Amino acid sequence: MSVQPAGIESGDTAAAPAVPAFAIRNLTKMYGPVAAVDDVSLDIPQGAFLTLLGPSGSGKTTILMAIAGFIAPTSGEILREQKSITTLPPDKRNFGMVFQGYALFPHMTVEDNVWFPLRVRGVSKSQAAGRIGEALEMVQLGALAARLPTELSGGQQQRVALARALVFQPDLLLLDEPLSALDKKLRADLQWELKDLHRKLGTTFVYVTHDQEEALSMSDEIVILRDGRIEQSGDPLTLYERPATRFVADFLGKSNFLAGEVADREDGRFRYRIGGETFLQAGAASDAHVVMALRPEKLMVFNTRPDTANAMQGEIEQFNYYGANYHFKVTTSALGDVIVTVPAWRCEVEPRIGNRIWIGWEPDAAVVVADT
Amino acid sequence: MFPGMSQHGRYWLLILPAVALMLVFYIYPLLQVLWISVTEPEPGLGNYRELFTSAFLHKIWWTTARICVITTVLTVLFGYVVAFAMAHVRQRHMTAIMFCVLLTFWLSVLVRAFAWVMLLRTEGVINEALLWIGLTDQPLRLSRNEFGVVVGMVHFMLPLAILPIYANLRGIDASYVSAARGMGASAWKAFWWVYLPLSKPGVIAATILVFVFSLGFFITPAILGGGRVVMISEFIRVAFEETLLWGKATMLSASLLFCVLLILAIVGRVVDLRRVFGST
Repeated sequence: MSVQPAGIESGDTAAAPAVPAFAIRNLTKMYGPVAAVDDVSLDIPQGAFLTLLGPSGSGKTTILMAIAGFIAPTSGEILREQKSITTLPPDKRNFGMVFQGYALFPHMTVEDNVWFPLRVRGVSKSQAAGRIGEALEMVQLGALAARLPTELSGGQQQRVALARALVFQPDLLLLDEPLSALDKKLRADLQWELKDLHRKLGTTFVYVTHDQEEALSMSDEIVILRDGRIEQSGDPLTLYERPATRFVADFLGKSNFLAGEVADREDGRFRYRIGGETFLQAGAASDAHVVMALRPEKLMVFNTRPDTANAMQGEIEQFNYYGANYHFKVTTSALGDVIVTVPAWRCEVEPRIGNRIWIGWEPDAAVVVADT
Repeated sequence: MFPGMSQHGRYWLLILPAVALMLVFYIYPLLQVLWISVTEPEPGLGNYRELFTSAFLHKIWWTTARICVITTVLTVLFGYVVAFAMAHVRQRHMTAIMFCVLLTFWLSVLVRAFAWVMLLRTEGVINEALLWIGLTDQPLRLSRNEFGVVVGMVHFMLPLAILPIYANLRGIDASYVSAARGMGASAWKAFWWVYLPLSKPGVIAATILVFVFSLGFFITPAILGGGRVVMISEFIRVAFEETLLWGKATMLSASLLFCVLLILAIVGRVVDLRRVFGST
């Protein structure tokens, strides 16, 4: 398989790099009175790894199926280099797709599965042999070409699906929760491989998942969906560090939410009160009532009162040991239950239910979010 | 309930009455048929020799085989179309189609055969309509020939083809066809290379079922053939009841049975019959 990025020839003719390779404009899909996708617009730059992330029913798969051409939008458009492909049938789009259950043809060998997209393009098996071999080598399955899909493990099937979706050099690769059926360790391995593949091939990937770790680890850009609408989009670091809403802060990673009343404002920071206690927060508060999202790993635990800007005393109500980390559930008077994640190898406090400890955090540890 | 009896033994007990019934009323008469075929009118294989020597029997066998093959091909083809529709329409419409399919099952064979006679006869509705439209100026001969027999038989056999094919099609994951389309296959190529091969078990089950059923069918051919189209089973009936040539009748019955077993054996070499008929 050629490792030349798909569509690179069009890259030098396009004078303005701002024009995205693919774009979705005001996409809406109604099922009866229910909008599965509600007025979604997004750009997919050439060569991007874009992830649609959301809980089930958020419309992420519907968007993917509309891009693939399996679902006709109720309204809105799908554009390729500014030309509408909304009504183009799926077989005319030249997109590769990896389905959730892989959809490997059970009556064909691995080799014939990978040959299929070339076969429908009129390439005979002998002509295609080289490309089939390269595609299978690419996913390290050269030795299993003659097997049937049912004789492969889940991870191997997943790789065949990838080889099959990439062998015809599609302009876009669509992946519908491709790792969800695999066990955790294999999933982690395949995340590395997918990312490598994306870097080597330069093909544009659109990836659908409900797994926030997958989204964070692989994407250039994440689009977070909620009830058929885009909640927030951006690169993983921005989304994780600067979630705009309570929903994003909770869905992408975990957060403690601190809801309080603003006490006074200074330049670049303000104080707020919760349950008689006052805390310091970096940033600006627009309303009198504010909600802060505080990541469990940005809290610290101490045996004695720390000199952090914010500190609270509490009692360990429950804890979980994960090898690398402890997760403490600490009950405090002002904040209620707070979850704290501490690296186990340097945990200062004794992990014991009922142990009275201190938690502390700096003003820039938390982030102000919209309360929706 | 039955101490000392294994779990499996108890289940066998449940079907014991059925097994006994089969032995007494099915297996025993069958053995008798085989016995008569080699003893009447004189002991030996004389009856079976006729299979090879009698030109009349050759003609009947040939007629039977031809009608069965044509019936099977048409039934499976039409059955596939209906089953395909059932597997792809909405649940509510599927139920309606299923009801219509089963409805014909509940009507007596006799009623359906005579209904076809009414439709197909020279002064029947179809001929009247054809004359009125002007497609023909002579009434067509639609019954009392092989055409009529095939029409009646295909109609009767359709549910037998639709049900196994539908059961198979419903089990085919829609994502296979989507995957094929996504990889650039036209609707037709996706059907031909992916969907059709996946529906092979259903098609084979339907083919065997319809063909075997057709071989022994005699009411519809007798009525719609009007005595002009004689198939094996009709000839056996005449030999048993009218000409009283029991030796010949039993020989033909036995041959029919061997024929079915032979077909199953041949098909069984190509496909896994146990899987086709849903056993694991």
